[in-house]
Amino acid sequence: MSMNSTGRPTRANDAPSNEVDNLKNAALLPNEPLLFEIGDIDHCGVDLPDVKIDSEYLSGFEREGSLDLPGLSEPECLRHYVRLSRLNMSIDAGIYPLGSCTMKHNPRLNEKMARLSGFADIHPLQPVSSVQGALEMIEELAFWLMELTNTDAVSMSPKAGAHGELCGMMAIKAALEAKGQGYRSIVLVPESAHGTNPATAAFLGYKVRSIPANDDGTVDVSAVIDALEENAENVAAIMLTNPNTCGLFEPDVIKIADAIHQAGAYFYCDGANFNAIMGLVCPGDLGIDAMHINLHKTFSTPHGGGGPGAGPVVLSEALAPFAPVPFIKKDGADLSLIEHVDDSQSFGRLTAFHGQIGMFTRSLSFMLSHGKDGITQAAYDAVLNANYIKARLEKVFTAPFGNQPCMHEILFDETFLDGTGVSTLDFAKAMIDEGFHPMTMYFPLVVKGAMLIEPTESESKKSLDYFCDKMLELANDAIAGNAERFTQAPKYAPLSRLDETLAARQPKLKWIKGD
Amino acid sequence: MRYLPHSDAERKQMLDVIGVNKADDLFASIPKLAFKSKDFNLPDHSPEFLVQAKLEAMAKKNICASDAAFFVGGGAYRHHVPASVDHLIQRSEWLTAYTPYQPEISQGTLQVLFEFQTQVANLTGMEVANASMYDGSTATAEAALMARRLTRKNKVIMLSGLHPQYLDVVKTYLGDDDGLVCLSEADDANIGSIIDDKTAAIVVQTPDFYGNLRDIKSLADIAHAKNALLIVVITEIVSLGLLEAPGKLGADIVVAEGQSLGNPLNYGGPYLGLMATRQKFVRQIPGRLCGETVDASGRRGYVLTLSTREQHIRREKATSNICTNAGLCALAFSIHLSLLGQKGLAKLAKLNHARAVKLAQALKEIAGVELLNKSFFNEMSVRLSKPANEVVEALAKKNILCGIPVSRLLPNEKEAENLLILTATELTSDEDIDRLSSGLQEVLS
Repeated sequence: MSMNSTGRPTRANDAPSNEVDNLKNAALLPNEPLLFEIGDIDHCGVDLPDVKIDSEYLSGFEREGSLDLPGLSEPECLRHYVRLSRLNMSIDAGIYPLGSCTMKHNPRLNEKMARLSGFADIHPLQPVSSVQGALEMIEELAFWLMELTNTDAVSMSPKAGAHGELCGMMAIKAALEAKGQGYRSIVLVPESAHGTNPATAAFLGYKVRSIPANDDGTVDVSAVIDALEENAENVAAIMLTNPNTCGLFEPDVIKIADAIHQAGAYFYCDGANFNAIMGLVCPGDLGIDAMHINLHKTFSTPHGGGGPGAGPVVLSEALAPFAPVPFIKKDGADLSLIEHVDDSQSFGRLTAFHGQIGMFTRSLSFMLSHGKDGITQAAYDAVLNANYIKARLEKVFTAPFGNQPCMHEILFDETFLDGTGVSTLDFAKAMIDEGFHPMTMYFPLVVKGAMLIEPTESESKKSLDYFCDKMLELANDAIAGNAERFTQAPKYAPLSRLDETLAARQPKLKWIKGD
Repeated sequence: MRYLPHSDAERKQMLDVIGVNKADDLFASIPKLAFKSKDFNLPDHSPEFLVQAKLEAMAKKNICASDAAFFVGGGAYRHHVPASVDHLIQRSEWLTAYTPYQPEISQGTLQVLFEFQTQVANLTGMEVANASMYDGSTATAEAALMARRLTRKNKVIMLSGLHPQYLDVVKTYLGDDDGLVCLSEADDANIGSIIDDKTAAIVVQTPDFYGNLRDIKSLADIAHAKNALLIVVITEIVSLGLLEAPGKLGADIVVAEGQSLGNPLNYGGPYLGLMATRQKFVRQIPGRLCGETVDASGRRGYVLTLSTREQHIRREKATSNICTNAGLCALAFSIHLSLLGQKGLAKLAKLNHARAVKLAQALKEIAGVELLNKSFFNEMSVRLSKPANEVVEALAKKNILCGIPVSRLLPNEKEAENLLILTATELTSDEDIDRLSSGLQEVLS
């Protein structure tokens, strides 16, 4: 997910200083110095034999100076990273309803499976005959992905969602060039799209044409058709998120796919929100040509503080020949790897080696655990939870597209805060004081002060009720005129609001002694 | 289903609050035609022990490095990861947090990123580093694009010896334009006459794919004389415990694969890309950056910064479409490096080199094996008297994973057919080397 900065205050000075002295609970809310302040050049947490070497094979390239890398003994190390960890909010500690990020439970079985030495301790370039089990695991995950999307092919290479977008759009570009239509230069992107979509299109040299939304938050199909007619022969693709970032299923998705195909262009679908419809709707049935699946969202590989992700891309029959290398070939029971483009139409290689294998093991473990019944139920529960929040909050909160059920996330705007002196940002910071990670703020861009809440299927009814009770209490307090509770928040976090303007104006990106 | 909290009674209560009769009513906005057209050929949910059994059965079919005499490297290295690293990264607060969008409750992740950036900058001898990339190969491609933006020039010269799959990735990212010039080993020496005023960057890997150490300082001088940048690629980051930091030798952008520290082999991923550069180039660096600031009370804290380079603000004008970094892999890297410190890293690097020297000496004694390197860190190439892929397959049957046949990566280069690349690390024992020697003698005789 992403957020934007529209209308978002970034100066700490906007908020009066924090009056609560958190350091009074220094063990639970530690103020931990930097590694470079507690470490020492002479400390070391690893025992290694001292060996003498001669420099025969070093050609005079040995290091002369110091590296300025302090070390920690093992107890110092444990304490540093345990203390720092306490400054983080996490899914395991409470609801983390970041819209478009699908912060669902991360089962620990998946961690255990990824650490089996038969998966974790094998090398990407050891003989293919010695890794048949790993290829079988990848093949099985690929099969689940193709079944659930009803598509014919999947590329397992992409390292993250945005890398998947690159993969899908490169396949589209290669397919157009193969048809002698490399001149097609425009990609249609709805206003509500993730920032990665226009960035990906531009990365490949395409001009981005923005498509406006209807008043109901869905893509204006007539604007798509107009754009196609205006630029006949020149549109390469549309990049559409479905369900979209307003939390709505695009009702005209099949019409859009037909129009795109009639114009000779391709349909890229951003699969960030697949969690709402998995097991119920197969994107392949809707006419998509390529869609990435964020394994770290829908299939629960841990978000890890910002990665690693994994973004396999399912492809239509039309695009399958252009998929990147490597891919797995089945020959009876034997599995082999095709690692070179040779005479094929593959667009090339997207990464060294074979993709995010450690993430694949986790996702397959998740899928096998859920089964097709559990996966479908998870989609039902994710949508149920979002609609439950919508039903409980919409009497006070304003849902700009609220006259219909939402999918797995509910979008509010800040209209309900008009005249209170409280912004979406202030509201989010006050949620921190109530023990919640805030929702996604100021994204999508199509509404003012967006609050995008995605509870996922992992939240119990009791957790949702507590969340809704507190959200209503906060909203009513803002409306009652207690702006201070919001503008001064957070008061009970390890730090109060941070000065983002200072950080950007005088970038200090590393520790320097005495600075 | 053990991961889904609701009972059916609770689901019913919630539907009542929403005001619909059944869950399907929530999907009323989806047109009928859009619902799935087939039954899935997939099993239903499964207890934990059955899932475990199924995956364990797959895992057992693989020969893992710890069960073999193991000499495979080529951009992914088997090192010992201290037990505390894996313990720490599995703490909920690291594992199940996301990108630090709310800095007040993400200071753990942010401070680690600031420490990570400092470690990477110091290790590479550069002024600034970003918060990590997907891996070394994609970081290399991003560095080439960054050099084009910085110099507003197009030509990128790739010296020989770059990992062949890295080169493939660069070709994919840069497209089929004529700006990409790939040199052969023979051309490398003529770089001075190949570089011109249209050159944005020279890209060189050291130690290179064949294990040779490259002269960074001379290349930096050649690049800078034409106002081009020098991009240094490192696939074995442990080498910097022993070799001079590229930043000290004139490199403008350093990219590396960081897997060697903190991260297991994982059959190729997830890994982490490192990227470091000069302060004056920072506004063209792709990916996340973490910076120091203060909170409203003046206390030191950290935030993601300079985000006007990034896709979520700049959209189609962003420096890259990259969104995530390799957070947890970067954390593992940072913890491992903080356990080592400068002293431990230097010892580890020396130990790696000493094991490699031992390996080289053993190889030189074997008839039909010719060591090709004059210099190396922990990796070397040899020419065998037989095709290397046949030797690799034959030894794999004896649980000796003896290295990478170059022909696997460069199948169309005839002279690569008999080339084998071998790596030794601190985990390579004398017994492993003995097994390799007798295995090679047997197969080559």
